[in-house]
Order: sequence, then C-alpha cells, then structure tokens
Amino acid sequence: MLKLDNVTKVYKVGAFGGKVFAAVDGVSFDVQAGEVVSLIGESGSGKSTIGKMILGLASITGGSITVDGVPVKPGKDYYRHVQGVFQDPFSCYNPVFKADRVFRMIKEAYYPQVGEKEWDERVRSTVRDVRLDPDQVLGRYPHQLSGGQLQRLLIARALLLDLKLLVADEITSMLDASTRIDVLNLLAELKERGLGVLYVTHDLSLGNYLAERTVVLRRGTVVEMGVTGKVFGNPLHPYTRQLLSAVPRLHSPWEDAAPMQTCHYHENAASGAMFEAEPGHLVACAQLDACPQ
Amino acid sequence: MSLQVDDLRVYYRTLKGDVKALDGVSFSMEDGEILGLAGESGCGKTTLGKSLIRMDGRMRHIGGTVELDGRELPIGDDRRMNDFRFREVSLIPQYSMSAMNPTRKIGRMVRELLRSRGATLDLDELESRLSLVELPHAVLDRYPIELSGGMKQRMVMVISTLLDPSLLIADEVTSALDVSTQKAVARALIGFRDAGFVKSMIFVTHDLALTSHIADTIMVMYAGKLAEKAPATAIVKKPRHPYTKLLLDSLPEVGVRYTDKRLAGIAGSPPSLLDPPAGCRFRDRCPIAGEECAQEPPMAEIEPNHFVACWKA
Ligand SMILES: Nc1ncnc2c1ncn2[C@@H]1O[C@H](COP(=O)(O)OP(=O)(O)OP(=O)(O)O)[C@@H](O)[C@H]1O
Ligand SMILES: Nc1ncnc2c1ncn2[C@@H]1O[C@H](COP(=O)(O)OP(=O)(O)OP(=O)(O)O)[C@@H](O)[C@H]1O
Ligand code: SF4
Ligand SMILES: [Mg+2]
Ligand SMILES: [Mg+2]
Repeated sequence: MLKLDNVTKVYKVGAFGGKVFAAVDGVSFDVQAGEVVSLIGESGSGKSTIGKMILGLASITGGSITVDGVPVKPGKDYYRHVQGVFQDPFSCYNPVFKADRVFRMIKEAYYPQVGEKEWDERVRSTVRDVRLDPDQVLGRYPHQLSGGQLQRLLIARALLLDLKLLVADEITSMLDASTRIDVLNLLAELKERGLGVLYVTHDLSLGNYLAERTVVLRRGTVVEMGVTGKVFGNPLHPYTRQLLSAVPRLHSPWEDAAPMQTCHYHENAASGAMFEAEPGHLVACAQLDACPQ
Repeated sequence: MSLQVDDLRVYYRTLKGDVKALDGVSFSMEDGEILGLAGESGCGKTTLGKSLIRMDGRMRHIGGTVELDGRELPIGDDRRMNDFRFREVSLIPQYSMSAMNPTRKIGRMVRELLRSRGATLDLDELESRLSLVELPHAVLDRYPIELSGGMKQRMVMVISTLLDPSLLIADEVTSALDVSTQKAVARALIGFRDAGFVKSMIFVTHDLALTSHIADTIMVMYAGKLAEKAPATAIVKKPRHPYTKLLLDSLPEVGVRYTDKRLAGIAGSPPSLLDPPAGCRFRDRCPIAGEECAQEPPMAEIEPNHFVACWKA
C-alpha cells in the first residue's frame, strides 16, 4: 500500500543554505495493508523526515512515495486516509484553542453530514479507546493536559478518520507502561482490521511486540530490514547489534558492545548495496570480512 | 540533605473545580542522589517538577513546604523564585525540544539566555559539555529546526545545566531518543552529577528499565500521591505496592510478540483528580483491595529506605 522507492531528502543547511545534507538517502521499503512496520534508528537518522515526506509535510528531493500507487498528494482526500501523529504533541496544537477543537475541525472538514449527537458519541468512544476519560480531557486547553494525555488525543484524532495508513512517530514514548500496552493493543486491533502502520519507535521491545517487519535506519540509509523476528533474532549488521545491546533491561546491567566497526565500502555506498542474507531478511553489510566488495 | 519536600499540595484551578494534581507529597533527597520518578500518565509528575521551579498562573500552592540545601524555596512566589531558577533549580521540560526559539541560532540563544541571567559564556566549557553529550560544536551555528528531536533534547540538557544548579529536574528527557543515544544521554546525566554540574537530580520517565540503570532511588506516583519509594533495585526486584507490581508486569521483555502473548495494561482507569475518592486511590483497580482500603493508607517505611503507601504491603 505505502511504497517508498529510492527516496532521498536533501536539506540545505548553514547560512543562506550554502551546504547540503542528505537526511534520507536512497530509502526503499513498503508497508502493506494490515501490517505494522517499525522504523528504528539513531537520533537524526531521518525517521521523522521520512514520516513528514509521507504526509506531504516535507518535499521529496528524489525517488517516489506512493500510497496505493498514487504519489503523495497533500489535501483533504489524502489526509482522510493517511494521517500522522508526531513526536511532540504540543507543536501540533494551537494553544489558544481547546484540545477538542481539533475534533471539531475534523468533523467540519470530513464529516459535515454526521449529526452532532452521533459525532459526539464517536469522539467520546474514540477518546475512551485511547484510555482517556472524555469528561476529564475534553474541554481543556492543551496546557491543561499532561504530555501523555495530549499524545493520546492526537492518536484519537487520527483514528476518527477513515484511515488506511497511520504514521506513528514515537507516539507511545510519553506513556506509562500500562497505558502504552493498551494503546499498542489498540493499534494491533486496527491493524487486524486492515490499517497499515509505520511505527517509528526507539523502544525496540515495543517494535518487536507489534511489528511484522522492521526497518533499521542509520544516517539516512537502511542498513538492515526484514521480518521482525529475523532482524531481532539474528541481527547481522553491526549497527543493529549495537542498538540491541543498548536496550536497557530491567534485571541486567547494560551490555557494553564493542565500538561499532564500520565497513568503509558500505558506509559510503548507496543503499542499493543490500543483499538477502536469508529469506525475508535484507542487510547492507552482513559482516565486515564477508563484505562482497 | 539536598531536597526536603513536606506534604506538598498543588492544585490547578479550572472552571469545573480544582484539579488536585499534587495532593500531599513528602520525600527527601540526599546530596548526589538521582531520583527516578515514574507513574501513570497524568498522575502529577510534571506538576511536581513545575512546582519546584515555576508555577503557571493556574497553579495554586495549597500547602506544604520545599527546602533546598537548607533554604526554603518560595515556590508560591514567582518573583522571589527568580533568584533560584536556573542557578539553584533547573528544569528540562517535557517536550523542551519544541520550546526552543525557532528564529535564533542556537549559539546566539545560549548567549542571550546567559546574559539575561547575568552570566557570560565560557565557550570552552560549553564545548566540553557538548562533547559530553556527543553533539558537534557546529550545532551552535544551526537553527533549532535543523536538529533532530534527539539532538535538540541534548542541547536543552546542556543549556539547562550551564550554571551548575543544585537540583536538576529532567522531565522525560530520554523519551524521544533512540536506545544508543538514550544510553549516552543517561550516562551523560550521571556524568553531569559526578562532575558536580548538578548536585542532585529528579529524572522523570516512563521507562522503568532505563531508570533502574541510572537512578539511585525510584519513586512511583499514582493519582497525585506517592505510592512507593525505594532504592532502585528494591523497586525492580521487590516492589511492594500493587500498582508498582502491575506496572512492572506490563513491560514487554525484548522478545515478546503481540501474536504470541498478548500483554494487558492495568484494567480500569485512574480516578478523576477533580474529585478524587476517599481512601486509597488505587482501590478501584487494585486486585487485593479490602475493607481497610476505604481509609487512606499512610506512607510507611517497611524496610530501611523503602516507603510504601498500602495497607497490605
Ligand atoms: N528542516 C531541516 N533543515 C535542515 N536539516 C534538517 C531539517 N529537519 C531535519 N534536519 C536534519 O535531518 C536529519 C534527520 O532528522 P530527523 O528529524 O528525520 O531525525 P530522526 O531520525 O527523526 O531523529 P530523532 O530520533 O532524534 O527524532 C538530522 O540530522 C536533522 O538535523
Ligand atoms: N493547567 C492545568 N489545568 C488543569 N489541569 C491540569 C493542568 N495541567 C495539568 N493538569 C492535570 O493535572 C494532572 C497531572 O498532570 P501532569 O502534567 O503533572 O501529569 P504527568 O504525570 O506529568 O503525566 P505525563 O506522564 O502524561 O506527562 C493531569 O490529570 C492533567 O490533566
Ligand atoms: S491500600 Fe488497598 S487498595 Fe490501595 S494498593 Fe494497598 S491493597 Fe490496594
Ligand atoms: Mg524524529
Ligand atoms: Mg508529564
């Protein structure tokens, strides 16, 4: 359904945009209907940039992004089916409007024919789905809500639409463990009903819990991707291994992975250099000594 | 003792009545202590942080006292708090990454901020702290929008500690970071403490595994009150409050998949803070609640340094 083909994003940085910087560099992957794909990778690796391009919030420098074969086309029809929930909820709300105004705007734009009462009930039940009490949160201004409450209102807003694809950028990061599991289970149910989800997360255990497939991004390129169990169970790229070793675990101290060694060839090569290490498991460079270059 | 909080009550005024976001919270912190603060979303963690530094217009200091390094903090007095902010107590707010002024390059912003506090910039010091959090010195010439979420977060961390405050409150500073950066930032925070940039620290987070790695003590809140406070290992290995236990149970270990084993959150939802019920606030959701729980359980020290507010702990 969602397909990224050799996508590149170049930002101009520095005074007067003198320098260029490739935040995303030749990324290809897809998300099927009814599938959760998790996108993981270090800070600054381009995850949000990919999300923004899918939502038409950032231009695409090269390559193509399509949803059901149609290129990204920001506008009402597109947003009816494709929505994003981003990292910092405060920047998504206008602070002078009450939080439920975002729901009102959805109704006015997309469901003018729905009766007030029915709409109200829909909003309340969606708000309950994200484990919030409508009486407690509706009617408040954004600054009157906690971080996790705001984050969940944004999820609820997206869910009110007739969604096919949800780009979820770190949406569970501000939730306590119990609420988080409830929200993840909700996503899982929606997925079973056909929703495609691009789930950007840094919490590998959550990605593992929910996602069918995992894409590991580093410095704008994909270093490893495939079936989640294979990528996590048999991580081949040194970067993936490093990430896994940094996961904090409750009952054991942090492992200290050996400093990551990089393959000079693939460090510089385009991501076209991926090869299939086993069925359903692609890696940019399996082992330094085994590098075909 | 670095921080002493006694029966702190802070409410938000709203049209529907007072939201009792902090309703009688008492704890203390030693010099050099890192206190991890966890709890249900909306239970009052950010409110606690804000109360110690800047109350917004709708917050009311209903009662209780806060003492830092032996001096009482005038938390209800916005103007008098100015002497303490940034120098004595500093806060890295939740979502601080969106709070940076978008029209200023970061270097200029830092300079202006320091000037407004009557301090000058020590560029060498700034650079060494940037490298401690693995940020290139070039970020100073960038605009906030040009940094990723994680980079901004680390920048804010450096800025907030430039004047070596006694107490640092870090509100969800690692939530938006990938695991390796998270580890680096968590270690940098410990490094900041060890280097004496901050004396003690309250580390607010939802990530219990992460807190257990960096905090000396973990405090768990529920619906505006403290549920449990104990050394980090005790919370993780021998939690005594039913809420803490259930919270730990809802963590997926690496390896658990939705399709194999469906985890469940804690059934039910926390009580409204507008009109919280009498007695234990966890009662509706507590699997072992009994008659006595209609009375409010006091915080009791059941083992040295292990405090629990539960009749059955
Ligand atoms: N508007 C912009 N102008 C210039 N550079 C940008 C812009 N937005 C992002 N970048 C740069 O692009 C890179 C990728 O940023 P992005 O926000 O996509 O990272 P991310 O993977 O989401 O990181 P995080 O996990 O920290 O949120 C970063 O190096 C960032 O500095
Ligand atoms: N300005 C305000 N007016 C009214 N109620 C508020 C205000 N700010 C926060 N609240 C309420 O006070 C309670 C505590 O909020 P707080 O932000 O401290 O929660 P939190 O523990 O930090 O949650 P999270 O983990 O989601 O960030 C919440 O129920 C919230 O809705
Ligand atoms: S006091 Fe009672 S209701 Fe509260 S946590 Fe303990 S057993 Fe449960
Ligand atoms: Mg991001
Ligand atoms: Mg908070």
